[in-house]
Formats: sequence, C-alpha cells, structure tokens
Amino acid sequence: MIDRAAWLDTVNRVLGRLKTMPGGLLPVLHAIQEDLGYIPPESVPVIAEALNLSRAEVHGVISFYHDFRSEPAGRHIVHVCRAESCQSVGAEALLAHACDHLGVEVHGTSADGAVTLEPVYCLGNCALSPAVMVDHRDLYGRVTADHLDVVLDSLRSSR
Amino acid sequence: MTRVYVPRDAGALSVGADGVARGIAAEAVLRGSQVEIVRNGSRGLYWLEPFVEVDTPAGRVAYGPVGQGDIASLFQADFLNGGGHPLSLGKPEEIPYLARQERLTFARVGITDPVSVEDYEANDGYRGLRRALEMTPAAIVEAVTQSGLRGRGGAAFPTGIKWKTVLNTPAGQKYVVCNADEGDSGTFSDRMVMEGDPLVLVEGMTIAGIATGANRGYIYLRSEYPHALRALNEAIAAAYARGFLGASVLGSAYAFDLEVRVGAGAYICGEETAMLESLEGKRGMVRFKPPLPAISGLFGQPTVINNVISFASVPIILDRGAEYYRDYGMGRSRGTLPIQLAGNIKHGGLVEKAFGVTLKELLYDFGGGSRSGRPIRAVQVGGPLGAFIPQSQFDLPLDYEAFAATNAMVGHGGIVVFDDTVDMAVMARYAMEFCAIESCGKCTPCRIGSIRGVEVMDRVIAAREARDPAEAAASTALLKDLCDTMLAGSLCALGGMAPYPVLSAIQHFPVDFGLPAAELATAAG
Repeated sequence: MIDRAAWLDTVNRVLGRLKTMPGGLLPVLHAIQEDLGYIPPESVPVIAEALNLSRAEVHGVISFYHDFRSEPAGRHIVHVCRAESCQSVGAEALLAHACDHLGVEVHGTSADGAVTLEPVYCLGNCALSPAVMVDHRDLYGRVTADHLDVVLDSLRSSR
Repeated sequence: MTRVYVPRDAGALSVGADGVARGIAAEAVLRGSQVEIVRNGSRGLYWLEPFVEVDTPAGRVAYGPVGQGDIASLFQADFLNGGGHPLSLGKPEEIPYLARQERLTFARVGITDPVSVEDYEANDGYRGLRRALEMTPAAIVEAVTQSGLRGRGGAAFPTGIKWKTVLNTPAGQKYVVCNADEGDSGTFSDRMVMEGDPLVLVEGMTIAGIATGANRGYIYLRSEYPHALRALNEAIAAAYARGFLGASVLGSAYAFDLEVRVGAGAYICGEETAMLESLEGKRGMVRFKPPLPAISGLFGQPTVINNVISFASVPIILDRGAEYYRDYGMGRSRGTLPIQLAGNIKHGGLVEKAFGVTLKELLYDFGGGSRSGRPIRAVQVGGPLGAFIPQSQFDLPLDYEAFAATNAMVGHGGIVVFDDTVDMAVMARYAMEFCAIESCGKCTPCRIGSIRGVEVMDRVIAAREARDPAEAAASTALLKDLCDTMLAGSLCALGGMAPYPVLSAIQHFPVDFGLPAAELATAAG
C-alpha cells in the first residue's frame, strides 16, 4: 500500500485531465490503475466527488469489472487463458501447472511478490492456443508448461 | 532498399515476430544490405507465423515460420531477392489456403502498412468514403440495405435497417458505436482487422456517420487487445492528420470525430446495451429493450451499433456497389464471412469465404484436421454460447438459417475444434460456469440459473463416475428443465443462449453424461 499523499497526487492529476470526458469513469479508473497498479479504496470518495457520482456508483463500477483491483498485485500479472479454444489444447492443465510452479491459487500472488496469476476469458490468439499474456502487454502463443516456466522464472528474477 | 514485411499482429508477436524483425534489421546492418522493415498485419496463416515477406521485382515472396535462428541462413540464401530456402513458401497469394479464399473485408490485411493512409489509399482505401460523399444519406443506407449485409457480431440483424432507423430518428446528437468487445473464444477476426487494417474500420464508421447524421463515434475495445489499441490510435491520428476525420471530412460539410474507449474485462459488455452502459461509465448491466439503441442508445441518443467486421465490410460495398457484395453467399446470408479456425486445429487461422462453405471443407481442406492428429469429435461454433456440433453434422453449410434450423448459430464465425479426448460433460459444466462468472446479475434465470447449472453438472459428473445411470438421468432431466427456464426467461443472450452448448452436448454426446442407453432417446428429445 502507498500513503495518501502519493495516491492523492495521481488521482487528482488523472481527474484534472479526464473529469469532463463524457462517461469518463472507466478511463479515469484505468488511468489511476495504470499509474498505481490498483485503485485505493480510500480514493473512491475523491473520484465520486469530482465526477458528481455517489461513492456507491464508483465502488459498484470498480467491483463489477474483472480488470479493476482494489489492492496491489504482484510486480507482474500473468493472465492464462482458460476459454474453450485454449481448453481444447490443454489450458486447464497449463493453469494448474502455473499454480503449482508459483505455489499459489488462481488470483493469488507468489510469496516473493513477483507474480499474480489470473485467469482470462480469451486473449484472441485462438489459432495459436494455449495463450498467456504478461502485464497486459506481452502475448505468448502455443505455450507449453516448459515455456511457461521460463517466462515465470524470468519474471521472478527481474525487478 | 528492399522492403521486408514482418507482422505486428498480436498472434505473430506471440510466437516471436518482434525478435525476428529486430534480427533481420541487425543482420542487414551487419551485411550492409539496405532493408526497410514494414510491420504489416497477419495474412491469417497462423501456423506459419512469423510469416515474413520480401518485396522482390517478381512480386512478394514469403518465408515461414521464421525463427530468430533462421535469419542468418535466410540472408545466405539471398532471401532479399526471393532466394530458395527450406522455409520458402513462394508467392503468398498462391498458397492454397489463401488462394481459395474470397477476401473482400480482409482485402488489405497482411498486405499494407496498417497505419499508413498512403498505403491504404494506394490499395483502394477510402474509395467507399469518396463515393459516399457524392451520395445522399438515404442512398448510402439503401446501398447497405441492398448489399444484404447482416450484423457480423453474431445477431445477424440487417445493417441497413438499423441505419435507416437512426437516419429517420430526429435528434440533435447521434452516435456511431463500434462494438469491438470481441470476447467469444475462438474469434479473432475483429482483432486482425483492427491490427492489420484499422483504417477500413475508421472508413466504415465515417460512412455510417454520414449516412445517419451522427458526428461522433466510439470504438469500444476490449482491454485484452492492447496491440489493437495501439494500431487503432495510430490509424485514427493518421486519419485526422490527413483530413479524413474531424470538423470537415475531406473538406465536406460532414464532421466526424472518433475515439477509442477501453473496456475492463467484462464479457457481458459485448452485449450492446451493456456496452452502452459501460461507455457511459457505469456497470455493464443489460438494459431492457425497447427502446432500441437505434432510437435511444448512448446517452439516450439515436445510436448506430455495429461490430468491427460489419463496419469494415461497408467501404467495399460503397466502392464496388451493393450487387458486387450481394452476389457472394447463399440464401439470406449474403456476402462473405471471415471464419476463424481455432483450438485443436492443425492450420488455424482466418478464412474469408462466401457463405455456404461447409464445416467439413473448413476443418479438413483448410484446417488440415486436428493439431493433435486425433479424430475431431466436436466443434463449437459461435463462441461460448454456441452449440457443439458433432462430426455427423459437418456437412452443414455456414449459413445463418441452416445453423439456426439445427439450434446452432454462426455467431461471429469462430470455430473451436476439439479432438476425441474432450469430455463433453466438462464442457457443459464450463458453459454454465462461464455464464455464472460473466452474468451481469440483472435477471434471475441467468444470475441464479447458471450457478445451479454448475451444481447440477457436478452431480451429473459424480453420478457418471459412480456409474449410477438413474441419478445421471434424473440430474440431466433437471438440467434440461433449468435450461428451458434460462432460454425462455433471460433478459439477454448470455443467459438466453448459455443453454445451447449444454443442450447440444447432452443431445449429441449422451454417453459423456453417464446416461443409460434406454434414457438416450428421451434425453435427446
């Protein structure tokens, strides 16, 4: 967790830039999370006031969408696809392997704080299933257990 | 200077295209070769990615799948002049997988630099918009109607009729919204267009704006597509810079502004009214219909909502004429469909064909059978809400009505292949689990029914493992009853169609549900 002054600065900067955008709550939340890695629950009243919404509305949106986090994740987030296409070539076993390798349950963070493991329902790489995405950016296709171990280990050894 | 094409498509990147692009650039410097690397879209032959093409005087020559370890030998084989190499694929357009397609919507994907307006225009881009600017809005709508284009997102509603409603609804502000929340497993055609030819989407939406009197557009893009986001934003900036977007589109009296908004990982936001709620900054809760979004949509204003492929099909219809497009296809399914071969398939990728192509042709002639080499047992068409289709029905032609007649759906054209190791009871359980995870919670049949569905499926599987056919039959009967409730009582397609994969699995694969032979006929009925 980070202290109030640190997150308040980010939240105010984002709100200053986006608060007049029509229907701008999702862009605001994305921008805050991109900067802080999560949306501090204490920031909800600040966001609500700036956007002229109730706290319940802001909280409701944060809790509705899978992407938004109310607490920090590990240094890296690994999404393993478990939709049908990836299942057809062993995604469930791959996800179980990832859990074993990291010593976590799905949605959990490895003890060293390096990796948070999340399921995802389709990365759109279905011709090259099974698919994995790291940090919402790096996509991998035809992922094997060995391949995934290499990716996970490199994330754990990097800062 | 030789042009070398290395795709920027996310699928190509997922198997190392960035490293190959860097490797080629570095090797060229080392050897003193003059090389210009263009990051194109993917041709859609994913088993051959990274699929590298070289512009030679005799035309483009392809190599693939290229790994970083192949680069030195490609230079040694003089691939910059089309030299022979074990990875040589010849001219891409002569590869049977591509040669046998009818690429209308995907005409430029994999060929051009996706974010270059110059390249786009040099390859017939923006001809549809220029034609539209010479026409009345009503004539544009009429052309789209005459083409027979139906919504490619899955619901297959006639696009022209939707546009006509928006055109004829007076309002101070109207919107054009592109549903780019391509969440169905087994589908990636929207992503390929957005990464490989985003300007065709921009052009299609601009035409929709002119046709309906809307001057503002949004692309609602799913957050799982960061590479598409980058390509779209680059393309939109390029279109603004050259006057194709903004206060006066190509100097005309029409204004059109376009912006990308990113979703947040909710499958339900692919449902059009939930998407509108999300665009308004709210929870993605499904709205009651009526009112139709065409009359009261985004911020309560008349709104055109179409899928990426629907908008991307409009420019060629305006450019070549409605008849040109309508002449492809069968029955009431006109034009072409970008079909996606996914899952356990040897040659997974994008196949754009006129409607009427059969599953068998797609799975074996194009797809080459399963990737595992085992027999294909079932395919799921149309995403997580689509029916499972057994091998006995692989003669089915891709046609909206033919699929609907067997309680299946074409949907967004994704085909997920399963070999004979699949457990259909597990897949049925998953369909219910997915519905439970993704339900918006507004209506009871979907919110509660899906959770009860998972529980009942657990009982079915337990009964099967315990070799208790009576219990399996009783639980399956209960499951079918639950499916009836969801089918009839759900507010939108999530709860209303999640039963299709479940019921089709019971019907076609009763043995997986532990049903005794005597019960099979009843269960299937």
